[in-house]
Amino acid sequence: MSTTAAPVSKPQSFFKSIHIPPIFYFVIGIFVIGMILDQTAGSGDILKNPVILTNVFVRSVALGIVAVGQTFVIIGGSIDLSVAFTISITSVMTSLIMHGDPANVPTAVAAVILIGIVIGLANGLIITKLGVNSFIATLGMALILRGILYAAFANFIGSVPRSFETLGYGTIGPVPISIIVLLLVVVVGWLLLTRTKLGAHLYGVGGNKEVARLSGVRTDRVLIAAHIFCAVTAVLTGLFVVSRLRSGAPWVGTDGLYDLESIATTVIGGTALSGGKGGVWGTLGGVLIFGIIDTVFNQLGVDPFLKNILKGAIIVLAVASYTIRSKQEVA
Amino acid sequence: MTTTTIPKSSGGANFVGALWREIKRIPPVYPVFLVIFLAVSYLNPTYQTLPGIFSFLRRAAPMAILTIGEMMVLVSGGFDLSIGSIVTLVTIGSSMTLHNDPNLALSSILLMYGIGIVIGLTNGLIVSFLRVPSLIATLGMALLVKGAALYWCGGAPKGYFTDNWRFLGRGFFENVPLVGQFPASLLILIIVAVITFYVFHRANFGKEVLAIGDNVRAAQLSGVKVHRVRILVFLISALCAVTGGILIGGYGGIGTNVGEGLEMQAIAAAVVGGTLLLGGKGSVPDAIFGAFTLEALFSLLNLLGLPKPYRDAVQGLIIIGAVAYVSLRTRGKR
Repeated sequence: MSTTAAPVSKPQSFFKSIHIPPIFYFVIGIFVIGMILDQTAGSGDILKNPVILTNVFVRSVALGIVAVGQTFVIIGGSIDLSVAFTISITSVMTSLIMHGDPANVPTAVAAVILIGIVIGLANGLIITKLGVNSFIATLGMALILRGILYAAFANFIGSVPRSFETLGYGTIGPVPISIIVLLLVVVVGWLLLTRTKLGAHLYGVGGNKEVARLSGVRTDRVLIAAHIFCAVTAVLTGLFVVSRLRSGAPWVGTDGLYDLESIATTVIGGTALSGGKGGVWGTLGGVLIFGIIDTVFNQLGVDPFLKNILKGAIIVLAVASYTIRSKQEVA
Repeated sequence: MTTTTIPKSSGGANFVGALWREIKRIPPVYPVFLVIFLAVSYLNPTYQTLPGIFSFLRRAAPMAILTIGEMMVLVSGGFDLSIGSIVTLVTIGSSMTLHNDPNLALSSILLMYGIGIVIGLTNGLIVSFLRVPSLIATLGMALLVKGAALYWCGGAPKGYFTDNWRFLGRGFFENVPLVGQFPASLLILIIVAVITFYVFHRANFGKEVLAIGDNVRAAQLSGVKVHRVRILVFLISALCAVTGGILIGGYGGIGTNVGEGLEMQAIAAAVVGGTLLLGGKGSVPDAIFGAFTLEALFSLLNLLGLPKPYRDAVQGLIIIGAVAYVSLRTRGKR
């Protein structure tokens, strides 16, 4: 089992270690095809109007943040199917606690981050201490959160103050704040994975848990940390989503397909579902592909159902484009 | 697996011990189902009568059929997340092809099976030859199939199901000797169960599925045609999903989200029925009773007056609890 992106400490290899994942060629390819389609079949607005181009990124922010967290757990050989409901809970709790008052912003943010930590901790403990398969553990957690959520809330509730909407709509100069947040999360994720002991241990646990354990890695702690990180990124996505929607509703997470799409973008970005291999830059590439496809489809006015058909096919083909070379049998 | 020989001791105690060992060998899903079902029938005496039990089984049969198919994929080490969308496609597709004409029922059903075969084969081919992990492959397929279903009907299903089409899902055979009424969907379940039981537990195929789920490389080296087996497993799962879809449509009618979440329910039911995720262990009767247990549990929560959201939460707790129980027990043995 070869693990890419092993931590390198020498300064001169710093830049070498940021090798561009092959997924970005795919991003460029999709972009070029999209632009040609837009010029020939569409209005050709995408290249003329920089707002549409920035929108590609803004569209990617919500999915991108949580996908970074998903990348962590998948590298650790785990998975998190509960992120969509964590996002929903964050959105309703945030707008409920804030209730349109700027003074409540710190309380609300602290509260939802705490909720995220509790969810991540619970996921991690169930998986490591109770020995429940991560797929089932987080699926069960998703059902539990869904139950609580729909028992307590039925519709849009509360609202966020104007000042909080800056997160979703504000800009610093020409650059939207949301894009800066996304890049920050990606860079933090990248640094954690490649520059810290935790990151190295996470690759070890994902590659071969038993070997990692025998070499003295506290595998349980590493996995629990990864799950907490993932839940917190879901909370950040929730905060971003609610700042754009101005009010939280119990369906925002599931309607955004954040659980499935965060997994799909992670795998498209080259992180192996079996764990031990991959990184956050690849995931960002996967997220951009989704953003570009969405934007181009919208510009072309593609039927929303047809959009899902194409999206399904593109997910499978994108993953196939590099799994096809593998000689290993997958299941 | 080591079998320890127990020293022979005198008469009675030995018999009790042997009986106890036999009892312990019964998969936990059966006593669990019995307890839940007894609780349900205590709360609602209708379930103590034969028609009541039949009506329960009629409702549970489609889920049991879906679970059988999903179980086979799980045993092979994969996942099939496309079955919920297949159910949606079958109900929408049937309403589109029936044109409210009872004479078209058979051709419509055959067409659905044809579509199911294409979907199952595609899933299997993608996993086998493009080597896309089934979680992603069937997830993409789920998006695609549901999109196709909604595209086909333009967002809202048209027409209604003819009575002869709906019979399979909600009808009863009248004047059956001994029992009187017998639900059609239960007969379908029995037919599916017998076929899959033979295929999975009596024919070589089942052992090959178990082998590739346990260790693909070992299976390959011992001559198992891995690709063929995997494609067939996805094919069986898709065919079960079409069958389940016809029954669900017959029972509940048309809707654009009838299939939503069914793949997760089927996985949960299979796990309750003792199926090991990521492969290597599973059984057709246990999977069926896993589905029955889940359905009985829903009835129980319903009778207890819990609103639907809490049902989800309890379902989540049960899945985690069931798997944790098995995992902690086997961990102790090692």
